[in-house]
Amino acid sequence: MHIEVAAAQFAPSKGDYAANLETVGRVLGQLEQSGTPPDLVVFPETALTGYFLEGGVGEHALSADRVFTDLLTTYRAHVVRPGAVVDVAIGFYESRNGHCYNSGLYATLTSAQTPNTEPALRHVHRKFFLPTYGVFDEERFVARGRSIAAFDTRLGRIAVLICEDAWHSISGTIAALDGAQIVAVLSASPGREFGSDGIGNLRRWDRLLQALAEEHGIFVVYAGLVGFEGGKGFTGSSSIYDPWGHVMARGSAIEPCIVRARIESSDIGLARRATPLLADLETALSDLVRQLEALGARMDPGGGR
Amino acid sequence: MSVGAQLKVIRAADFDPASDRYLDMDCEVVAEWLCAFLKDEVVWRRGFSRVLIGLSGGVDSSLTAYLCARALGSEAVVGVRMPYRTSSPDSLEHASLVADKLGIECRTVDISDAVDGYLRTAPDADQRRRGNVMARMRMIVLFDLSAGLHALPVGTGNKTERLFGYFTWHADDAPPVNPLGDLFKTQVWQLARHMGVPDVIVSKPASADLIVGQTDEDDFGISYARADRILHLLLRGFTAERLIEMGFSADDVRLVKQKVDSTHWKRHMPTTAMLSSTSINDYYLRPVDY
Repeated sequence: MHIEVAAAQFAPSKGDYAANLETVGRVLGQLEQSGTPPDLVVFPETALTGYFLEGGVGEHALSADRVFTDLLTTYRAHVVRPGAVVDVAIGFYESRNGHCYNSGLYATLTSAQTPNTEPALRHVHRKFFLPTYGVFDEERFVARGRSIAAFDTRLGRIAVLICEDAWHSISGTIAALDGAQIVAVLSASPGREFGSDGIGNLRRWDRLLQALAEEHGIFVVYAGLVGFEGGKGFTGSSSIYDPWGHVMARGSAIEPCIVRARIESSDIGLARRATPLLADLETALSDLVRQLEALGARMDPGGGR
Repeated sequence: MSVGAQLKVIRAADFDPASDRYLDMDCEVVAEWLCAFLKDEVVWRRGFSRVLIGLSGGVDSSLTAYLCARALGSEAVVGVRMPYRTSSPDSLEHASLVADKLGIECRTVDISDAVDGYLRTAPDADQRRRGNVMARMRMIVLFDLSAGLHALPVGTGNKTERLFGYFTWHADDAPPVNPLGDLFKTQVWQLARHMGVPDVIVSKPASADLIVGQTDEDDFGISYARADRILHLLLRGFTAERLIEMGFSADDVRLVKQKVDSTHWKRHMPTTAMLSSTSINDYYLRPVDY
């Protein structure tokens, strides 16, 4: 199965949900006009508000249902072709049960005249690992998600991870074990550690995403914010990795852009048969789980040892 | 391999406290990044199309002018020379050189009368106080011109002087946007060479030029090169004991650490007495671009 995937990066207007929603609509409209409309478009973490809101998170957090409804309305304002369908993954600050989360939703959007496909909110991933060190202070402003899971879509089984989630290799492992064939990674990564070999966090991202794709034989679609917020510049570099860990397309570290690739889902089987690490892991999983449980039991309730 | 032959040993190199490799940068990447910073923070976030830079003739303000001209275009940059009557003639000349090379507008505002006018009320002011008055007067000029020209003042302070507290509080550090503040002085020199700042400016001894013949390194008691290598590691959590063990001079480490430890207050806003659970910047937290 061929799947046209895209990752779009832009600099959100700070706290301006309507303006950022319109940017998303324009991107989807541009892609629709491209002649080869994508099946899946991945947008960055907090794309609808900007990342650093501090105590302003609560003023801008919305329910996933509201964001889905607004995305559908925006899509239909920019795409009128009968039969048009696109899946999107996008980051936003979510309000749910009185808590705020750094979330990513996955939805199927359709034009107004698409009778055979129902638009739907498929999944909401709430960021599991909240960075609270250095320039980051997420745990102060949002609550932690409690699960990492793959879910079924018309394009196959997919998982969403948000930024630091993907810095822990176990997150990608759980997603792959849960059957994910594509992992969408939404990110807002401030540029840091500029050295003689470029930008430190970008080098790390490249190693992590390559390893994520290569270890499990999955496609990875990474979307990163660009633009500066209070002196912190996000390093974009949205990219698409094949199941061998090769980068298929990569965007600028500075400029807004869209990266695209046509992926073939049967490549997953080719990569996994050549290096069946995921199958090895499945076989060994019960032993590993026992070991993890034993390690978990040794940790005290406060998280220390 | 024959039985009994010695295996080849490959050993990691020992740490070299005289090496600058940890401070090396891909200067073109950094230049691109800082230009993007200036475009976003000056134009997009704050809505200004012009910037103002106090051109001292030193490397920091010269590099800032080069970055601004590249980011925003020469026509968007106004350099302001603000000499006091004892300022070095070289400073004025080097500021002009930068303005000429970049093709930016250059204004000159002599602050001697304004400074001396105030100092007549403080005849016992020592050199430090006089220097602070000059630095603060320059900011009065810069911010007043900012209002007149609708141009945003851009700061020029580097990370080394920020960490040493080697600036006048609420003066040199006052401009709302600063592209160099996370670059050590030796990195400023690297980037300035890359950007083509004239060598006569990059190579001369750094000086605040508040006192005749003054140089930064004489004031510090340590060279920027030695200080930056220590600062780089201190800020990463290396203890003084560990740095001395790694081969740095104990006197240098103590001097650098003392300067940083005694100036934290200069890198913060004024201390406010907290009385509520809505205290600004304690409880009520909103980012600068909110």
